[in-house]
Amino acid sequence: MGRPAASPHPRLMQKQSVFRSKLLPYALVAPQLAVVLIFFYWPAAQAVIQSFLLQDAFGLSTSFVWFDNYRDLLSQPDYFAAIARTFFFSFAIACSSLSLALLLAVMADKPLRGGTIYRTLLIWPYAIAPPVVGVLWVFMLHPSLGIVARGLRNAGVDWNPLLDGNQAALLIILAAAWKQISYNFLFFLAGLQSIPRSVIEAAAIDGARPMRRFWTVIFPMLSPTIFFLLVINIVYAFFDTFGIIDTMTRGGPAKATETLVYKVYSDGLLGGNLGGSAAQSVILMAIVIVLTAIQFRFVERKVNY
Amino acid sequence: MVEDEGIQRYIAHAILWIGIAIVAFPVYLAFIASTQDNAVIANGQMSLLPGGHFLETYYQTIFVGTSGSTREPVGMMMFNSLVMSLLIAIGKIAISIISAYAVVYFRFPFRMTIFWLIFITLMLPVEVRIYPTYKIVAQLHLLDSYAGLSLPLIASATATLLFRQFFMTVPDELLEASRIDGAGPFRFFWDTLLPLSRTNMAALFVILFILGWNQYLWPLLVTTRDDMQTIQIGIRKMITTTDALTEWPIVMATAVLAMLPPIFVVVAMQKLFVRGLVETEK
Repeated sequence: MGRPAASPHPRLMQKQSVFRSKLLPYALVAPQLAVVLIFFYWPAAQAVIQSFLLQDAFGLSTSFVWFDNYRDLLSQPDYFAAIARTFFFSFAIACSSLSLALLLAVMADKPLRGGTIYRTLLIWPYAIAPPVVGVLWVFMLHPSLGIVARGLRNAGVDWNPLLDGNQAALLIILAAAWKQISYNFLFFLAGLQSIPRSVIEAAAIDGARPMRRFWTVIFPMLSPTIFFLLVINIVYAFFDTFGIIDTMTRGGPAKATETLVYKVYSDGLLGGNLGGSAAQSVILMAIVIVLTAIQFRFVERKVNY
Repeated sequence: MVEDEGIQRYIAHAILWIGIAIVAFPVYLAFIASTQDNAVIANGQMSLLPGGHFLETYYQTIFVGTSGSTREPVGMMMFNSLVMSLLIAIGKIAISIISAYAVVYFRFPFRMTIFWLIFITLMLPVEVRIYPTYKIVAQLHLLDSYAGLSLPLIASATATLLFRQFFMTVPDELLEASRIDGAGPFRFFWDTLLPLSRTNMAALFVILFILGWNQYLWPLLVTTRDDMQTIQIGIRKMITTTDALTEWPIVMATAVLAMLPPIFVVVAMQKLFVRGLVETEK
């Protein structure tokens, strides 16, 4: 299950009958090829080359230094902390968002009155931009004027994410997970709806209670969707949280919310170490390549809609 | 199914409403704040019901902007965002559909190399190549221009893949038939393929428009002039580091205005949106 029927020409890359023209096809691919070469490959190549070079303090001479930039980078405790933090954020964001979304999807999958309205009311936050998400959550949990922060203080919590790094991290994770609920919900619902009713009914007739039925029948059948969403959520946490972090904490306090992408950005703003900045970009590239490869290798066509 | 349906159904309704509340509360709060007085909000005394400053705040936000930190009216920012997202969405669809057409309906040297070159850009999101791309855009004198905002984001591996996949399912007979009618590659594309692709294009447009509207990191780098800011950048600049100066009602009105177009698109074109989302993730 979970895979759509094979398309008529699954492996075939091309039609049997084609047009004959020498120049036209090149003219057709030219615009996209130009954009790709100028704005994708050229800068990516620049980053790779730059990451092996060292420029002197005045920018007058550069020398080839092999992996020195990488060695420097990896020997910085700051960089290591950013790696660990990014992975922790990804894990926390993915787990919290996925579990809440799954719960909601399981509920919405039941034959309820007004089922489609629930879907509409749950999917629209997908459209909110990360920086706006950041602003919404800052406002809600702002230590001096946030309405939720006020409640926390009344409950005796010493809430101040502007000073407390752990609280700031929690804030980022909550906001980022919140934004991703709708996306996960949508795909979980699609996954659930592709499970044949007969399978679930058979389990019910066998006397399996709803909870048991969920864990032994539905959950395993959802595993392709879960795996797919896990990868997507990790990619999201790595890259799309930039806007959330930038409007909420700008990486602070004391770098407590600085992820790898944020670090590339903020180190770059300071200027200076070109080689180190390029090495950071190349490491990020490697991470994307691995994640994309996993996605294509193990997550075939994800869900059936 | 057979068991205690009644109670379970109530629980399901309850959980779903709690979920909706969690999802909606921050947005509701933003709207409420945008209708109240700044002094009241700054004191932390904000109420949970709409205040009386709706018209005044939105008028100031759209036509004037904040008094301090940003000098540009939000209406201008929205216009910039709109131009950028339309350029990105339409540009991506246009250049992707013609390259997919070339790859599927023509045979030419380096066809697969070109296809892979486009495909691999999936692995080069803007975040991993920010500064080198910035340098190139600066050298091309495209900073602070709509071209600079949109061009570097306009290639689309997913759209190209999607159109390729769709073209492969178009029956060969259609090509044969239009050939018999004497149609060349242009007429076949325009009269046959394009009309067939309409739904795919629309679904893609919905997703890409939202994606474009919500761009943040790239506009942050390439726009320095206030009159070229997109709304997402403008909102960040409104939150000043010295909290006391932040004009919260205007910030929140801007947040609401930034959310409106994409949310409207999702809700009004839900079917296309869901289709686009699922298709592009394949």
